[in-house]
Amino acid sequence: MKEKLVIIGNGMAPGRALEKLFETDPDRYEVVIFNAEPRVNYDRIMLSPVLSGEKSFDDIVIHGDAWYIKHGITLYKGCKVETIDRVNKTVTSVNGITESYDKLVIATGSVPFIIPVPGVNLAGVVTYRDLDDVNVMMLAAKAKGRAVVIGGGLLGLEAAAGLNEQGMDVTVVHVMPTLMERQLDPAAGYLLGESMKARGIKVMTSANTKQILGDKRVTGVEFADGSVIPADLVVMAVGIRPNVTLAKTAELAANRGIVVDAQMRTSDPSIYALGECVEVSGATFGLVAPLYDMANVLAAQLCGDEKATFTPVATATRLKVTGVNLYSAGDFAEGDDREEIVLRDASAGVYKRLILKDDKIIGTVLYGDTGDGPWFYDMLKRNVDTREMRDTLIFGQNYQGGAPLDPTAAVAALPDEAEICGCNGVCKSKITGTITAKGLTSLDDVRAHTKASASCGSCTGLVEKLLLLTLGDSYNPAAVQPMCKCTDLGHDDVRRLIIAKELRSIPQLMQELEWKTSCGCAKCRPALNYYMIATWPGEYEDDGQSRFINERVHANIQKDGTYSVVPRMWGGMTSPNELRAIADVADKFRIPAVKVTGGQRIDLLGVKKEDLPGVWADLNAAGMVSGAAYAKGLRTVKTCVGSDWCRFGTQDSTGLGIKLEKFMWGSWTPAKVKMAVSGCPRNCAEATCKDVGVICVDSGYDIVFAGAAGLDIKGTEPLCHVDTEEDAIEVIAALTQLYREQGRYLERMYKWLKRVGMESIQASIVRDLEKRRFYYDRFVFSQKFAQVDPWEERVNGKDAHEFAALAEFGVPQAAE
Amino acid sequence: MNDWIEIGRLEQVPLRGARCVNTPAGKIAVFRTAENQVYAIENRCPHKGGPLSEGIVHGGSVTCPLHNWVFDLATGEAQGADEGQVRTFAVNVVDGRIFMAAEVMLMAAE
Repeated sequence: MKEKLVIIGNGMAPGRALEKLFETDPDRYEVVIFNAEPRVNYDRIMLSPVLSGEKSFDDIVIHGDAWYIKHGITLYKGCKVETIDRVNKTVTSVNGITESYDKLVIATGSVPFIIPVPGVNLAGVVTYRDLDDVNVMMLAAKAKGRAVVIGGGLLGLEAAAGLNEQGMDVTVVHVMPTLMERQLDPAAGYLLGESMKARGIKVMTSANTKQILGDKRVTGVEFADGSVIPADLVVMAVGIRPNVTLAKTAELAANRGIVVDAQMRTSDPSIYALGECVEVSGATFGLVAPLYDMANVLAAQLCGDEKATFTPVATATRLKVTGVNLYSAGDFAEGDDREEIVLRDASAGVYKRLILKDDKIIGTVLYGDTGDGPWFYDMLKRNVDTREMRDTLIFGQNYQGGAPLDPTAAVAALPDEAEICGCNGVCKSKITGTITAKGLTSLDDVRAHTKASASCGSCTGLVEKLLLLTLGDSYNPAAVQPMCKCTDLGHDDVRRLIIAKELRSIPQLMQELEWKTSCGCAKCRPALNYYMIATWPGEYEDDGQSRFINERVHANIQKDGTYSVVPRMWGGMTSPNELRAIADVADKFRIPAVKVTGGQRIDLLGVKKEDLPGVWADLNAAGMVSGAAYAKGLRTVKTCVGSDWCRFGTQDSTGLGIKLEKFMWGSWTPAKVKMAVSGCPRNCAEATCKDVGVICVDSGYDIVFAGAAGLDIKGTEPLCHVDTEEDAIEVIAALTQLYREQGRYLERMYKWLKRVGMESIQASIVRDLEKRRFYYDRFVFSQKFAQVDPWEERVNGKDAHEFAALAEFGVPQAAE
Repeated sequence: MNDWIEIGRLEQVPLRGARCVNTPAGKIAVFRTAENQVYAIENRCPHKGGPLSEGIVHGGSVTCPLHNWVFDLATGEAQGADEGQVRTFAVNVVDGRIFMAAEVMLMAAE
């Protein structure tokens, strides 16, 4: 008599296992299948093309009814199994069908994860898991209304694209900052988001769903920040989890998934499990490749081959959205035992990244051009040593000749008519021909004669390689100091390109300017964050994680990890009330040191990080704000007592200092900016060693700048003389703005002056009043968004995570 | 010992940032990279004791806020010309919840 094999679930994994079983030993088992869905086995992966209308259900059926008949399989459609009786070896369905088994296979798959928010049970809220869900969505799409897809992973994006194809107005909301963060790095996630937007799908990232609105039917979705999007259909596609309900009822070992060993055996020797419902060595699986591997193992086990075992391997992901080319495989996290190769072609929208360890590929992310994905994946699986082809690996299989090629050779291999400069339409032979004909020797020559790389500059590397190819060793590239190891571009090029290409975020910049690392380094990130803030005031959202700790928590870190706190004292003036508040704060928080600074303020030293918001709250309550003593920005405006008190004073230097500080506080600059106003040429406020100084004289105000009294000691240079306070303020603001726009990050004003020259600065700020006004107006505009007290924001809860531990584990209390 | 203690949720640690777990024997810095990898290391630079949790996180590394030493988060090893190492601790992320080996806390308590 045949053994009886009962299978619970009729998805792709048991389907594949049966195919294998019938190939090896077709007569061994009598097979019975319970399928909770009322249909045959179909290709669940292809539901997305069904939703978008590119395929029909019949196209995606794997096993039609005839297949079940041919193999003598009893298939119960629409029969969900409710109980397993392990003692008597029977299973019973909800509708009362009982079958006995010799061997049982559990393949209950997964269930969609529903985020626990109010409103998930409203009509019009669906998940995306099976054909029934697709049918509901297609019906809803007929009304061409608005759909919100919650979840920016593989499933959510496919659902969004499908609904968009069906004519709905679709918004994807995703809780993480970039899409598909489990399969893609942020750079590729950014490109994917842009491509979704290009096809008319709105994308909201970092969006926390608070509740789904509606009475009986869904009407909209509300987010944690209070915003609301109207919706007629809400698709919940945030993820799946193994369906272990039945296995747990039967008291089989299960954690997240049903626990099976490498032979796919559960804790009961007669019961196997496979597919999305299982857990192997703590891992669960959602992509089809490992599930098919499990199917092969299970089939072998069922045929008595106990040696067959399941070993998880890295899997590759593709997004099944027509027109989006995206491929990821393996492990693409960074690590210092790993190397990465990044190729970006901004104009073609291509991003390729390979992650290598010990010269072997361990992961890849491809966007735009995914043709070499399977080749990389194949080498990954086979552990191929790539040392020999290292230099040209990223260019793909077509560049791998018999002999190792270098990157210059890859450029040499380009045909004569290959376009090098997309902006100006310059091809390779035009560049090489002109270099030879005109005897050009430098990049600037090529730019002047051919215009290649003269616009956006992103083909500069290619043009340089052509120079090298044509001139050989006699070519000596001009030495532009790159910003850091992540790019070949210098600071000035980056600033120019931010404006020319309207780069408005760091991920966008890294993509468009072909950054060589995926998320920069501790050198370039703070610089880029400043350039963004200075270029796009009011639009760019500050990235705290790209700031040094002091600017992130608005206090100065000390050698022992405590902080110092310096409140503003406008122009160095204070009052009994402020001093009392400072004294009270020092007492209350047991602040160990209180010191007078060189900038005429008071420094509270040794404040514990968790006490910072409390200290600030008390200082705020007394009317004090952050002194920005930590900032690449305006620090202090030091003053003397001037004509108010001093018998030599010529003007109200204290008053002008206070006006300047109140006008200019909060502004971010390339490096710190210290100012001073002295009431007479005796210069008690030491204005002649500051970044900007004012020396009051009888006839008005001498403005000086570019002094330093730190690493370098340097007296200021005279800028100009003005007659009124108003003019002094306008000149200083315009000068600061020019510095904000031209200065390289961390370049103090005196170094900026040395680099650009007095002539160009005076031309803009002193001699041309229209230009001065232009810079002044831009400074005023930028200040509209800058003058927010960071302490008050944090007292009110911003970045609360900065000031509390993630978890506390105290010393266990001894039992009494 | 295979006991894991939950220390918090993934979203409680900022992307490209870190939070601390306080234990009787000192702080453990829990990092989350741009790519949602989670690592835990001793929150103390071997150079001058800088709090590594306050550094800028880039790729799989952190730069110490005091003197710019760079550490690999996975191995705890100092990078470049600097020589040194910080302790690393096993963490595990399941369904967005971060777990740390219980033995870490016990060791710390001893």
